Amino acid sequence: MEKKVGGQTVIFSSPVGILATSSIVGQKESEGPLGHLFDVVEPDAMFGTKSWEKAESKFAQAAVSICEKKSGLSMADFDYVIAGDLLNQSTGSIYGLRNTNRPYFGIFGACSAMGEGMSLGAMLIDGGFAQNVIACASSHFCSAEKQFRFPLEMGSQRPPTSSWTVTGSAAVALTKSQTDVAITAATTGKMVDLQIKDANNMGAAMAPAAADTIVAHLKDTQRPPKYYDAIITGDLGYIGSELLLQLTAKEGYDISSVHKDCGIEIFDKEKQNTNAGGSGCACSGVVFSAYFYEELKKGAINKILFVPTGALMSPTSVQQGETIPSIAHAVAIENTQGGLV
Amino acid sequence: MVSKQEYDNMVKKASPNSKIFPNCLKAFFVGGLICVFGQSLHDFFEHIGVAKDNVGAWVAITLIFIAILLTGLGVFDNIVSFAGAGAAVPITGFANAMAAPAIEFKKEGYIFGVGAKMFVIAGPVIVYGTVASMIVGAVHYIVQKWG
Repeated sequence: MEKKVGGQTVIFSSPVGILATSSIVGQKESEGPLGHLFDVVEPDAMFGTKSWEKAESKFAQAAVSICEKKSGLSMADFDYVIAGDLLNQSTGSIYGLRNTNRPYFGIFGACSAMGEGMSLGAMLIDGGFAQNVIACASSHFCSAEKQFRFPLEMGSQRPPTSSWTVTGSAAVALTKSQTDVAITAATTGKMVDLQIKDANNMGAAMAPAAADTIVAHLKDTQRPPKYYDAIITGDLGYIGSELLLQLTAKEGYDISSVHKDCGIEIFDKEKQNTNAGGSGCACSGVVFSAYFYEELKKGAINKILFVPTGALMSPTSVQQGETIPSIAHAVAIENTQGGLV
Repeated sequence: MVSKQEYDNMVKKASPNSKIFPNCLKAFFVGGLICVFGQSLHDFFEHIGVAKDNVGAWVAITLIFIAILLTGLGVFDNIVSFAGAGAAVPITGFANAMAAPAIEFKKEGYIFGVGAKMFVIAGPVIVYGTVASMIVGAVHYIVQKWG
């Protein structure tokens, strides 16, 4: 059976089950509107370690270990571990997961890592190469500030377009066996660059990539936006979301009634001073794991298109005056209890 | 998909600007307050009999000490986040720009961390401050000689 439809989408021959998800976040995230939903809250930004980077690794390690427990499997049952983060050479994932002792794929898709990991994991399983796969994404406010902006204690004013990197990590356990909630399709994003140079406005840089992938998915599958109860972008924030709605409308798709953004959901903009919203690999990961996945499981919603978004720049490329290429990976996730439509 | 030019206009319309007027007011008052504090230090040091030529240095050293202490206590960044240039432009901001990277990069050791990264923000200020003073000095020399 041909699984590829249209230019960028694959429809899995049998839905790839989501066995369990996990989320661990920092103090600020726990004070946001979704704070009570996360599996674990770690109030110590250092997580008992001596550096932000080591703390981020520990977050990733914790997310995978919680997910392993919740899935009822042991690490040895996972054929592959796929993980990504924002740090140079993906050290967040690598040092956190170096003791998993399982075959490992390290990925970089900036903040789209959760979507990329879930897409690749589902393809591995549906391709017959794996029974179980675990995908993980992590980010840490302090390590991201240190790498991309200023030292933490350095005084500066954040522009209103800037976003707030989520501290935490999420993991998703995928399986060939049938489960209530499953991945039915995936649309791999293309790199899109509409020449935004402002690293303090990543929502604007990423919105065209999100629009491109969402429109490609709807075209490839010939589905109207309303097919989904929610189309959930990763971390476009307030400005990026507004731009996304304008961009998709120009392509003839009005997604305004179903669109949600994890970066908007995770923080209370006014009370928490997070300007444009949350961002980081963990942003879409923990919001999906703790909130949307549970809503799907309950049957409160039945079909979502989960679209984590990533701004693919580095501090060096920004300093050299380069523009910011962006990407978005879409994963269709459905509650399959009532049988697939 | 829209053209780059068209998207640029969309982004400009969607992106809010910093609130310049309230930010200026906050910077003016906090910056002013720091200067008033500096002046009262000045008067105090004069009062306790510090030599006139040394008073300026004593004031600077005291302000730098306080700014670095507040940086270490994790308070100074909150002050700048409120007051902006009001706290960043005086000598307090320079002290913070040296101390913050020193704290942040201590994890990479005293050579490649603290030593190398301490000047990552303040370095350019020192370099271009020196270059500017050289240019001004040269201009002064030329004007004096031929003026």
